[in-house]
Amino acid sequence: MGKFNKSGKRGMPELNTSSLPDLIFTLLFFFMIVTTMREVTLKVQFRAPQATELEKLEKKSLVSFIYIGKPTPEFQAKMGSESRIQLNDKFSEVSEVQDYITQERMNMKEEDQPFMTVSLKIDKDTKMGIVTEVKQALRQAYALKINYSSVQRQ
Amino acid sequence: MARKKRNVPGINSSSTADIAFILLIFFLITTSMDTDRGLARRLPPPPERNQTKDDNIIVKERNVLQVRLNKDNQLMCGTEYISIGQLREKAKEFIKNEQDDPNLPEKHRKNIPLFGDVMITEKHVISVQNDVGTSYQAYIDVQNELVAAYNELRDELAKAKFGGRKYLDCSEDEQKAIRDYYPQKISEAEPKKYGAK
Repeated sequence: MGKFNKSGKRGMPELNTSSLPDLIFTLLFFFMIVTTMREVTLKVQFRAPQATELEKLEKKSLVSFIYIGKPTPEFQAKMGSESRIQLNDKFSEVSEVQDYITQERMNMKEEDQPFMTVSLKIDKDTKMGIVTEVKQALRQAYALKINYSSVQRQ
Repeated sequence: MARKKRNVPGINSSSTADIAFILLIFFLITTSMDTDRGLARRLPPPPERNQTKDDNIIVKERNVLQVRLNKDNQLMCGTEYISIGQLREKAKEFIKNEQDDPNLPEKHRKNIPLFGDVMITEKHVISVQNDVGTSYQAYIDVQNELVAAYNELRDELAKAKFGGRKYLDCSEDEQKAIRDYYPQKISEAEPKKYGAK
């Protein structure tokens, strides 16, 4: 009888996945838009200090970063446990800060150069000695707009 | 058979999802959602090379609030030890000088648009001095309290003059007038080397 045909296997009806790529693409576009590429891998430990009067850092393209902190454990054998400066991807000395700023400024569009901001990402246990040296170097390099990176105090 | 139409065979698109997934995972990993925030400050321009170090800018003692931090993160404001919680009130009292106290900064008449002639403590300076061994968190605390003092004063002024609004809600002109009324003057002295390890 046709009605109870057991010869042909029915199987599960297949789920229609034709719109799955569209779903994923929507997610993908969302992440592509909100993403900012992480430019450097951190080689120093950085825990932001806490503060309350925070301002947002605008335009990421105008911001250069300077990291200061103790080297991460895998670098401590080589670099010791004193606070170090990290520019781009390598450990640096204070004397290199000025060149770094000049380099960063050269990479910017000319009309953007006056608005250059330097974000100082400094570990909260750092001593002020090295911070002051970096600040003096920034003054010499005419990078006067700075931002002490910190997190909101609860 | 006549009644069955033959479809054009579709391209197998079952792997587009996989391709999109790979891209998605890539962006997920490289993404950093945290917005950077921090205390915005402006450094003074570097001293001129040929400029001899003459201190012809004589700042009267009453116009300066000395804030010192030592290597043990102890805070000194003027001549007494204080805790970080007291600094904000101290600074506000100093900047405002409501009673025209002779020990607090002197007041000058200044014409500010929207305010007219007002007496303000235009020449006050808050001088922050820290030691080489001061911890960064303590330094940020002090900076934060000083900025907070200015922000509170500006908010108070905006509330009184511009109809209960906060400083940040005021128009561009009003904000500028308020900034003229309470100019931010935090100077940072060279750190002392004594007590360094």
